[in-house]
Amino acid sequence: MTAIEAPRTPARPARKRGVNWEKWGWIYMRASGVVLLVLIFGHLWVNLIDGEGIKAIDFGFVGGKWAQPFWQWWDVLMLWLALIHGANGMRTIVNDYTNPGTVQKVLKGALFAAAAVLIVLGTLVVFTFDPCPAGSPADLLPSFCPAV
Amino acid sequence: MTTATLEAQSTDAAIQSFTVTFLIRRFDPDVDTEPRWQDFDVEMYPTDRVLDALHKIKWEQDGSLTFRRSCAHGICGSDAMRINGRNRLACKTLIKDLDISKPIYVEAIKGLPLEKDLVVDMEPFFASYREVQPFLIANSTPEAGKERIQSIAKREIFDDTTKCILCAACTSSCPVFWTDGQYFGPAAIVNAHRFIFDSRDDAASVRLDILNDKEGVWRCRTTFNCTDACPRGIEVTKAIAEVKQAIMRGKP
Repeated sequence: MTAIEAPRTPARPARKRGVNWEKWGWIYMRASGVVLLVLIFGHLWVNLIDGEGIKAIDFGFVGGKWAQPFWQWWDVLMLWLALIHGANGMRTIVNDYTNPGTVQKVLKGALFAAAAVLIVLGTLVVFTFDPCPAGSPADLLPSFCPAV
Repeated sequence: MTTATLEAQSTDAAIQSFTVTFLIRRFDPDVDTEPRWQDFDVEMYPTDRVLDALHKIKWEQDGSLTFRRSCAHGICGSDAMRINGRNRLACKTLIKDLDISKPIYVEAIKGLPLEKDLVVDMEPFFASYREVQPFLIANSTPEAGKERIQSIAKREIFDDTTKCILCAACTSSCPVFWTDGQYFGPAAIVNAHRFIFDSRDDAASVRLDILNDKEGVWRCRTTFNCTDACPRGIEVTKAIAEVKQAIMRGKP
């Protein structure tokens, strides 16, 4: 018996070199899912149960959280991971339930646009949030703002 | 001899038979534009199989009923069909395991082109099977007059996936395959698994590369339809997960 020769060329051309997005997408879903479990339940605990509980939540509570870099990064991380996780999950459903073509492209484009806009806006809000913007009329400002 | 026959007949008579209604999804490409449901009443014993009912219908009621079957003993894999909404082999599904107070629905497996009645075109299914190179590719030459040695433990790793009979019950139960025929499907991945984890084979990386495709293992949604459908009891979803792990490791 001799060694067996390699078979003929496969019917489907071999995958092109480069980043395998399907693989990394799959890994991302698993990894972000685990991190999100911690982030979301931590978020729920701090907002709804810890300290005074749900009664503590108001404009000032959120403003106070976003004054600390720790909570800024916690919320931004949660925003990015959750939106990409969700959008990628929706992309999967679009792949599974529509045929390749214009409709599929439009749906995927809409998903990408929605996720991108929300991520950009959300990140901007978390990092530039100022509960007492300078030059606002006093009656619109929360009570804890220093009097001008 | 005579006594034996008589005895056999008397025990047969003691077993209660039932009239079972079968609703069969018929399609004759020469006449029909759309498949239609037709009902048949068949006298069955609880120990009969769905295949026996199809035989009775074909032989005694309507000779035009078309279906595939070869060995009729659950090993050739030609009579996979959708029985009461689940993919089963007609020759392994007993009447006593079905609810005969309601009609039993029998239709062709889904996701493959319907040709006639319960017969589908299996070519797309076999095409993706061929693409994973389901044969031994070895670079080594065994000692003259000897075989390649494999320990019992190493054989055990892929034992489950050697049992596949290519009936297509798993692939045609997969919701991803229903909408996207480009997906390799569980059966092709099972048969790739059989060689990827075989210590005598040297082309695991080639097969892993093929299954790392956009239409490869990453499209699996772990719905477990395939594991439920497999008439050989192969843990299909587990095998797919093992291939995913192997792709991430880069080796089996």
